[in-house]
Amino acid sequence: MSAPESDSAVSAAPVESARRTLLVTLVLCLVCSVVVAGAAVLLRPIQETNQKADLIRNVIAVSGLLKEGLTEEQALKRIDAHMIELATGDEVKGIDPDTFNIVKAGKDPEISTELTRREDVAGIRREPRYLPVYRIVGPNGEFKKLILPVYGYGLWSTMYGFLALEEDLRTVQGLRFYQHAETPGLGGEIDNPKWRAQWTGKVLFDENWKVQIEVTKVAVDSSSPEGHHQVDALAGATITSRGVENTLKFWLSDKGYGPYLSRLRQERS
Amino acid sequence: MSYQHKKIIFEPIVDNNPVILQVLGICSALAVTSKLSTTITMCIALTVVTAFSNAAISLVRNHTPSSIRIIVQMTIISSLVIVTDQFIKAYAFSISKDLSVFVGLIITNCIVMGRAEAYAMKHPPFPSFLDGLGNGLGYSALLMVVGVIRELFGSGSLFGYPILPLDRDGGWYVPNGLLLLPPSAFFLIGMIIWVVRSWKPAQVEQPEYKIYHAPRPEVAS
Repeated sequence: MSAPESDSAVSAAPVESARRTLLVTLVLCLVCSVVVAGAAVLLRPIQETNQKADLIRNVIAVSGLLKEGLTEEQALKRIDAHMIELATGDEVKGIDPDTFNIVKAGKDPEISTELTRREDVAGIRREPRYLPVYRIVGPNGEFKKLILPVYGYGLWSTMYGFLALEEDLRTVQGLRFYQHAETPGLGGEIDNPKWRAQWTGKVLFDENWKVQIEVTKVAVDSSSPEGHHQVDALAGATITSRGVENTLKFWLSDKGYGPYLSRLRQERS
Repeated sequence: MSYQHKKIIFEPIVDNNPVILQVLGICSALAVTSKLSTTITMCIALTVVTAFSNAAISLVRNHTPSSIRIIVQMTIISSLVIVTDQFIKAYAFSISKDLSVFVGLIITNCIVMGRAEAYAMKHPPFPSFLDGLGNGLGYSALLMVVGVIRELFGSGSLFGYPILPLDRDGGWYVPNGLLLLPPSAFFLIGMIIWVVRSWKPAQVEQPEYKIYHAPRPEVAS
């Protein structure tokens, strides 16, 4: 650094003195913290709107409502979101499903429980006690579809997604992951529209409501009786494919949405 | 704008490119160039941060005790990076999800710190601002080239719009999956450096040592 020039405007002390060093540090920290805090506070409302909009956009995408010719706004009116308690399947009031953060909830010891190794099929370690579910209703308010948030560990990352079930609560309407970090071109192909399309119409439960779904390496024979319980695995991404299978198996089991689903079935039968 | 100012801006783009000549900022160049939308956001973010941090550091350069100058630079740079990150999260949310930590990591980008220490500490604010702008543009130019190649041949599209019809959608182009992985950017940057140095031999570095050829021993047989 070149020799300091005149500095009388700020302080009488020479630039290299201890007093001056402290003063510069203090002023700099104050200015910077005001700038950072200001930006964070002023932009937070916009960021939260974004986050909510992004989540809802994923729900709409997996619901298949847009394919029925609805606009995003019309589709939004068909979504009925609420929070449920996983262990009992009860509806929970007092938590806003729109601002509920699934990623954070799964790590927060206050609202999540630890899973034992045997229970932890999907590799998620902790399970939130509450989760949002989205019921898609028809034009007259009748129940049409159910959308459940699901997540599980693939090869490198936890894959967060939504599973949409048809009215019979057995058939898949769609499965879509919105956040993951799997290898691009291999496991990342879980985003491939062609692979996602395979899921539509698959049946997740057998006659006795036991979970039956398999991601298989052998080409799926749709004429065989098992065909509608099977989905082709992704080429070169065995562990990611298995992760998807385990994710579904976990969330459809009694540890996951089991209690809620059986309650819903009783209500509807 | 005078000739001098133009030179400050445009010299870092080819003749003194921070990535090609000085080989700085490689880490983010590998991570964000698989898609053009993330590449361009990262380029804008880095250019803004470099330009404004250079200007701010130059403003306080005469009041900064040399014993704490690096931490002063770091504080200014990281404040600007956080503000930029907040703006991206507010106005380009889906892109910010793809960029994840890499905007935050601009703090550790050698180009920003390098320009602050090498230029802004010795020059007035306006030329420092231009120098930051120029170096940001130099980084951007290289990243855009790498980004175009990676997205076009890796996923057959540019800015998400399909250009080459992919075989999995019934087209003819089989995408090269390697180009979507970070190492491909390494190969591409290496090749770009090779091309630029063949075109401008002045950029070739002097070898640090030479292999000494020992005289062949005369052995009578």
